[in-house]
Amino acid sequence: MSRLTVPKTYKLYIGGKFPRSESGRTYEVTTPAGEFVANAALASRKDARDAVVAARAAVSGWAGATAYNRGQVIYRIAELLEGRRAQFIDEISRTEGVTAAAASAQVDAAIDVWVWYAGWADKYAQVVGNGNPVSGPYFNLSVPEPTGVVGAIAPQARVGTSLLGLAAVVAPIIVSGNTVVVVPSQSAPLSAISLAEVLATSDVPGGVINVLTGSPAEMAPWLASHADVNALDLAGAGDIDWVELQLSAAETLKRVLTPVNGVPAPALERITAFTETKTVWHTKSMR
Amino acid sequence: MSFLEYAPAPESTAILNLKSEYGLFIDGEFVDGSGEVFDTISPATEEVIARIAHADASDVDRAVAAARRAYDGTWSRMSGSDRGKYLFRIARLVQERSRELAVAESLDNGKPIRETRDVDVPLVAAWFFYYAGWADKLEYAGLGPNPRSLGVAAQVIPWNFPLLMLAWKIAPALAAGNTVVIKPAETTSLTAMLFAEILQQAELPAGVVNIVTGPGPTGQALVTHGDVNKVAFTGSTGVGRMIARQVAGTSKKLTLELGGKAANIVFDDAAIDQAVEGIVNGIFFNQGHVCCAGSRLLVQENVHDEVVDRLKHRLSTLRLGDPLDKNTDIGAINSAAQLERIRTLSDTGENEGAERWQLDCTVPDKGFWFRPTIFTRVSAAHTIAREEIFGPVLSVLTFRTPDEAIAKANNTPYGLSAGIWTEKASRMLAVADRLKAGVVWANTFNKFDPASPFGGYKESGYGREGGRQGLGAYLESAGWEAPAAIMESAESASSAPAKRGGRAKTTKKAVAK
Repeated sequence: MSRLTVPKTYKLYIGGKFPRSESGRTYEVTTPAGEFVANAALASRKDARDAVVAARAAVSGWAGATAYNRGQVIYRIAELLEGRRAQFIDEISRTEGVTAAAASAQVDAAIDVWVWYAGWADKYAQVVGNGNPVSGPYFNLSVPEPTGVVGAIAPQARVGTSLLGLAAVVAPIIVSGNTVVVVPSQSAPLSAISLAEVLATSDVPGGVINVLTGSPAEMAPWLASHADVNALDLAGAGDIDWVELQLSAAETLKRVLTPVNGVPAPALERITAFTETKTVWHTKSMR
Repeated sequence: MSFLEYAPAPESTAILNLKSEYGLFIDGEFVDGSGEVFDTISPATEEVIARIAHADASDVDRAVAAARRAYDGTWSRMSGSDRGKYLFRIARLVQERSRELAVAESLDNGKPIRETRDVDVPLVAAWFFYYAGWADKLEYAGLGPNPRSLGVAAQVIPWNFPLLMLAWKIAPALAAGNTVVIKPAETTSLTAMLFAEILQQAELPAGVVNIVTGPGPTGQALVTHGDVNKVAFTGSTGVGRMIARQVAGTSKKLTLELGGKAANIVFDDAAIDQAVEGIVNGIFFNQGHVCCAGSRLLVQENVHDEVVDRLKHRLSTLRLGDPLDKNTDIGAINSAAQLERIRTLSDTGENEGAERWQLDCTVPDKGFWFRPTIFTRVSAAHTIAREEIFGPVLSVLTFRTPDEAIAKANNTPYGLSAGIWTEKASRMLAVADRLKAGVVWANTFNKFDPASPFGGYKESGYGREGGRQGLGAYLESAGWEAPAAIMESAESASSAPAKRGGRAKTTKKAVAK
């Protein structure tokens, strides 16, 4: 006797909570063959603005946490993902239309990306910062700091990116202490929302990662023009008018990473793209 | 004669051997520009110093072509050690001709000879000396494996530190192996022309540095030129925005060093005399024509009156006048247009309810002058607390707690610099941590060094000048090899046949610049 299943309602993830879109809109998530899988929330401009407010509110706590603590919190994401492999493999294979083996490989890669970046939390500043031998009696040190709130478009390719692409974009943004508003894969957003459920039960403070399912073409302009967003990661914006986004971002002099093909490879440069070098001079004196 | 009255001690201009007219410097030669020649004047006397060529788009085109030829044919093929030796030569020539450069800069810009002699020109030499040593050590800079130059750099600089900004731009660009087309500010081209003579004396290969003079459109033609690989701009946030738009969608690498509205925070435990010196240096250095000037003084409420009184007393000892006089502290405002802006914003300050105090001194009949000014009773909403004035005008605000000081300091779209005055090191470090500014000076202000990265947060721009970070602005790297195991899994994740739809390629080096 077959049991009637209980399908999940997939919602947004903003400020540590799971609201529906304030617009009340949803869209159909299907298999590549077009079969219905689930409805996902179709985020609106208002949702984006709410997410930026949540992200801004979370910056001081997250950036102010010790690097060791951020590293552990991010590592914990990997641990929890490992424990829920089956769910992610199922969602990826249904929405991307790939084999369980391919979906499993993607989960592996996503977990390893989180682990890789977790380890950078208390090291990147040592690698890219420096003491400066200035000509005078000054203690002078340059250290990188998070830039603030980052808007991100995760990779959108139909295959091989829905969970991995999200990790490859979000992890380097948050490891230094930034918070993020991310638009995940539009075609395969289920694993992103399930990841949000992992985040909600991990130690990532609410508002550090905000997930807006829906249309990158609709959401990205709101993030690009928002005066309280400091930077944009357009990794997955290759198929939309990203030059227009860059033009819009120029109005508030946002830092912008331009689109990449596929999933961005793990790289220190993705961390430093969203950091600012702060140089502090302090007078040395015996008196 | 009071103790404040000094006999004039003007630096002689006899050391100068200026031409009456300067051409563009393209491909190692001075050539005529296609636009209308214009005058460069002394802002202290309004007298014409020399006539300057005006580069139009066709001249910019020639300059970029020369830079490209020099890049392909000479500079990118030269060993790092030889590039370094040229930069060392330049540093030495700047030192040898330092007095001449200081006099010319003071004459053309209006800043006191004391500053050009003791700050601008020595830093120019230091900048070339510092980056000279990097030229053959690029792979040690920790900027990724196999660092490579970018190509032709288009550089546009402001009028506040004409020769120093030129050095900030040219030295790292050349050390990294790029060639350069640089545009000085319209009102301050003179020392760039003397610098071109130095390049000829150094026998720098033709085309490695090209200098195009002219107004805004010359700079626009340069940054929008299709054959430049890098754009570096120092100037206003308004122009910086425009350049960011012009560069959008291209592969040009961009660094911007823009405006500021720095907070200079004085806690009640600060050494007040030192703080007063720092406040004066922070806002009245270079007539306040400093993007990182400490233009907002945040004083802890309980020492406000004491600090302001001592500040006024200290200001009353400053001497305003002939920039070439060795006793002069405050020189001329760089241009009539800038003077007008400072006047307008100061009037706005008064109209909005702030209290104006100005140094009581005589002002020369000719030239552009603005007496050092302090506004008290300024609130965070006042225009003079928000907009960059770029003149000798200080806005004084108060705070009660460190948290309030930090909130007020960060309450600006700018984020270039900040100052902290306190005798308590732990508080200094905690406050420095929370200031959103690229440079924080603690118990000092307006210190610059080629080894020390300089640049802003937020709308003060992006990228750094100085240090290895400044070198990184002119280099690219293939990037470190990504972790193999992760790349393998990623490959497998997208290699399974999809039932329908496109297949994504996971590139090995999908890292965008």
